Amino acid sequence: MAELASAPAETPVDPANWTCPAPLRDQPVVVMGHGGGGALSAELIHDVFAAAYGNPTLAAMGDSAVLHLGGARLAFSTDSYVVRPLFFPGGSLGDLAVNGTVNDLAMSGARPAYLSAAFVLEEGVELSVVDRVARAMGAAAEAAGVTVATGDTKVVEAGHGDGVYVTTAGIGLVPEGVDIRPQRARPGDAVIVSGPIGLHGVAVMSVREGLEFGVGISSDTAPLADLVAAMLAVTPDIHVLRDPTRGGLAASLNEIARASGTGVRLRERAIPVPDAVVSACGFLGLDPLYVANEGRLVAFVPPTEAEAVLAAMRAHPHGGGAALIGECVAEHPGMVVVATALGGTRVVDLPLGEQLPRIC
Amino acid sequence: MKYIDEFNDPQLARRLLDEIRATVTRPWALMEVCGGQTHSIIRHGIDQLLPEEVELIHGPGCPVCVTPLEVIDKALDIAARPDVIFCSFGDMLRVPGTDRDLFRVKGEGGDVRVVYSPLDALRLARENPGRQVVFFAIGFETTAPANAMAVHQARRLGLDNFSLLVSHVRVPPAVEAIMTAPACRVQGFLAAGHVCSVMGTSEYPELAERHRVPIVVTGFEPLDILEGIRRAVHQLERGEHRVENAYPRAVREAGNPAALRMLEEVFEVADRSWRGIGRIPASGWRLSDAYRDYDAEHRFDVAGIRTEEPAVCRAGEVLQGLIKPTECAAFGTTCTPRNPLGATMVSSEGACAAYYLYRRMNGQAPQGVSAPQGATADQGAPARGSRIPQEEMNPIG
Repeated sequence: MAELASAPAETPVDPANWTCPAPLRDQPVVVMGHGGGGALSAELIHDVFAAAYGNPTLAAMGDSAVLHLGGARLAFSTDSYVVRPLFFPGGSLGDLAVNGTVNDLAMSGARPAYLSAAFVLEEGVELSVVDRVARAMGAAAEAAGVTVATGDTKVVEAGHGDGVYVTTAGIGLVPEGVDIRPQRARPGDAVIVSGPIGLHGVAVMSVREGLEFGVGISSDTAPLADLVAAMLAVTPDIHVLRDPTRGGLAASLNEIARASGTGVRLRERAIPVPDAVVSACGFLGLDPLYVANEGRLVAFVPPTEAEAVLAAMRAHPHGGGAALIGECVAEHPGMVVVATALGGTRVVDLPLGEQLPRIC
Repeated sequence: MKYIDEFNDPQLARRLLDEIRATVTRPWALMEVCGGQTHSIIRHGIDQLLPEEVELIHGPGCPVCVTPLEVIDKALDIAARPDVIFCSFGDMLRVPGTDRDLFRVKGEGGDVRVVYSPLDALRLARENPGRQVVFFAIGFETTAPANAMAVHQARRLGLDNFSLLVSHVRVPPAVEAIMTAPACRVQGFLAAGHVCSVMGTSEYPELAERHRVPIVVTGFEPLDILEGIRRAVHQLERGEHRVENAYPRAVREAGNPAALRMLEEVFEVADRSWRGIGRIPASGWRLSDAYRDYDAEHRFDVAGIRTEEPAVCRAGEVLQGLIKPTECAAFGTTCTPRNPLGATMVSSEGACAAYYLYRRMNGQAPQGVSAPQGATADQGAPARGSRIPQEEMNPIG
């Protein structure tokens, strides 16, 4: 074909004067991917927030900051919750608002103690809906053993919100001798996940999109501080903890690999993925490794402690499905690689923004 | 899970690999046509398990990859209009047009929505009678019947606020174009199983005969792909060039008659441009005269938008297996997964993106690849798309 014969190779080009036609890096507006927990989120934080008020505490980039205050070490974290729908199988916005912040504190090894709760309500939303969200928060706080100590309420005009947004912040005490942060991952560390992945993301998606993926799929939302305490009782020398929420296991492991300058190798067959999640992801063209979880953690543990930590996790109600899924390595620093069931390998990269359903 | 786990069994896979190894005596270059097959090959690491002699060339069967820049620019123009709800499959949102993508249009206030089916877009049209609902109808013979059905329904329901921006392409003319390209290296094809489940296999015997290439209709799970490769290698070693159906649980020779009738009613064959490859005669569909009113290009008067493909991007040659990604001057410099020039760098299973990741994993900076255009020297790249040497990547434990 003549068209093929005149392929671009024969067109004289001056690469030095070439400007990229897709300057996504220089997006002048916020796009949804900036909130996706992937590379776009990381760039927004680095280029805008850290540039404006960066400091060594912020730079640690853990799920929660660890502060030295009056001789104590405090974990401190905040998160906003904008999930839609507000109620989904296995939980609600209220559960997430408490458990999410509790878990961020727990990922520093802290015992969460106090939360704040700030509501942004949209004019016209039914009070019974706000009541349901608040009651869910009360029940979740009680279950997690935290006190909602302060709060705030704002109302925006109809059309300027999405019903109910909640922001919580929390503090907790970090026990003596505990130093858990992404930079501490070491080659040889065992990589452990606390249970089956992908349930929260698929549960929310199934309601949002009106899709049914078989029975019994509900969010895994749960407070993890007690599980972390059980793990720390085995050894205070846990190196890294992370709760793989937005961006899933893939984003969390990539962040840890980059922060510590190590590589991560996973065994695909060892990663617990429920059948319903496999099926939903197959249908939508998504990868379970990138789907959000709300009641799971991933731990980097010295290899000598792995068996004991795993046993303690499995004995706990929120860690019954814990599994050793891989290890931290010195090779390919900053990258996560999976050994596939067939014996091949593939790179699991940091997602750019949101995961998108594929056409093919 | 029923019908998935069965086709991902490591022991059966090993048996097929052993058979392929026992059969092959010299190098063969096979092209898997469909992007879904490429995805499966990368995801399961199948290319790394094959004997050295069997090279897989990733074909132009990713609808996202081959949708021309000009059509994307038209989509961006339409999506930015205040009276429009623009509906698309999710992965089109990130594909760059000339100066932005659909995400950016959405961020700037455009009503861009991800849908899972054109019938979702049709529902939106019924629910929003005061708005124009446009569905981005891209893809191969697989997505075309449902899109045809949506237009058919729209007319039946008298919905005059629904239209399609059509960029449908057909596999057989692409196979023809690849086989007649001067530097063609492809010696056998794994035909796209889902395409054949719609169209049947009747279009392929003539192609196989004329170009003397085996064409094996192949599915998407790991064992499907290995079985397709096994049969293609078997034919090549025996000097045969037949059409074989290695995906009989989904594909019949006659295809899907109801879908074919719908296609015939709504669409007509037309010339189409393929991103990175160029215009291929009779390689796609457009809405037939009877349905021209539902063509978004006419409704929104975007026919005047003319876009040249970026000349520096050599994705077309990569898609045809003519060059390796590293032989492109833009690779790793002006073109990265973060700032892609062409669609092969957009998704992680695109050939260029797979090369980029491989180099990063092995500690070679992808930047600084500065081979002059037309250079053929290997830049230390893997022997094929995403190959990772086995000795470096033994499974854990």
